[in-house]
Amino acid sequence: MSAHRFVVAVMPKPGILDPQGRAVEQALPHLEVSGVSDVRVGRRVELTVEAPDTMAARAVVERLAGEVFANPIIETWEVAPASLVAAAG
Amino acid sequence: MKVGVVVFPGSNCDRDTLHAARLAGTEAEPLWHETPDVRGVDLVVLPGGFAYGDYLRAGVLARFSPIMAAVRDHAQSGGFVLGICNGFQVLAEAGLVPGALRRNSTLRFEHRWVRLSVERGDSPYTRGLPPGRTLRMPIAHGEGNYYLPEGELDALESRGGVLFRYAPPEGNPNGSARDIAGVCDTGGRVCGLMPHPERASEALLGSDDGMLLLRSLVEGVAIAGRAVAAA
Repeated sequence: MSAHRFVVAVMPKPGILDPQGRAVEQALPHLEVSGVSDVRVGRRVELTVEAPDTMAARAVVERLAGEVFANPIIETWEVAPASLVAAAG
Repeated sequence: MKVGVVVFPGSNCDRDTLHAARLAGTEAEPLWHETPDVRGVDLVVLPGGFAYGDYLRAGVLARFSPIMAAVRDHAQSGGFVLGICNGFQVLAEAGLVPGALRRNSTLRFEHRWVRLSVERGDSPYTRGLPPGRTLRMPIAHGEGNYYLPEGELDALESRGGVLFRYAPPEGNPNGSARDIAGVCDTGGRVCGLMPHPERASEALLGSDDGMLLLRSLVEGVAIAGRAVAAA
């Protein structure tokens, strides 16, 4: 068994109203920031899974993402190993 | 008739709902969410509040409470389940009624009186309501903006799954698709309702239209029970 860390990024589905994003966008003029549009606010979940290998760990994360972290009716999600996200960052 | 009102950590309308259920002539008891049993009640009510603080998403964590497996079994064996406000969010997250409740399009927590039109009079929830009567009840929610993809909305409407809509003069308070305020599952016995009938259960609260709905439901459950006994 080994520990595998993942990042799950959850976003409102394209085309579905995102009131949080709209609220942020509407507040930007107060900061005298202009030219910003299409603000969308999502959620990032990080977690560590103990599993025999990465495949098995990823399967657990994919299940949790679709059943808990995101609501498939209104949200999309992407699962990535935390090491790759960190390296890309 | 026996009613069980589920108490989640963060439920805050459970006592009001017990009180209203007793006023409607039932024996009502609280059901603690960690008990994996609905104790043989005829109707389970998931009350309003903020179960698990609405963390992650309203209703999603409550869906995994031990009692929810028993609530699902109760629903699948033809039992009645009413989810009010946060309870509607829990039912939607559990997939026991169709749809999702998004943040209100107004960007605000909406707490005010609304009016509901009754979309069908032949459901166990509505058969005892005076025909054509609209119901005045309060709402109090941040996430009540009903959503389903267009095609699924058509399917929901054509099978009679829409029980209540927000009606004039106050109208739609939260951006819900097609003004939907309450829906039921395909069997017609599991209902999610955003407004609070228990907060409109006595005239001194400003309206007793919620009691009309609760009494109608009590009658509907009794009729369904007699049909089973006769079969």
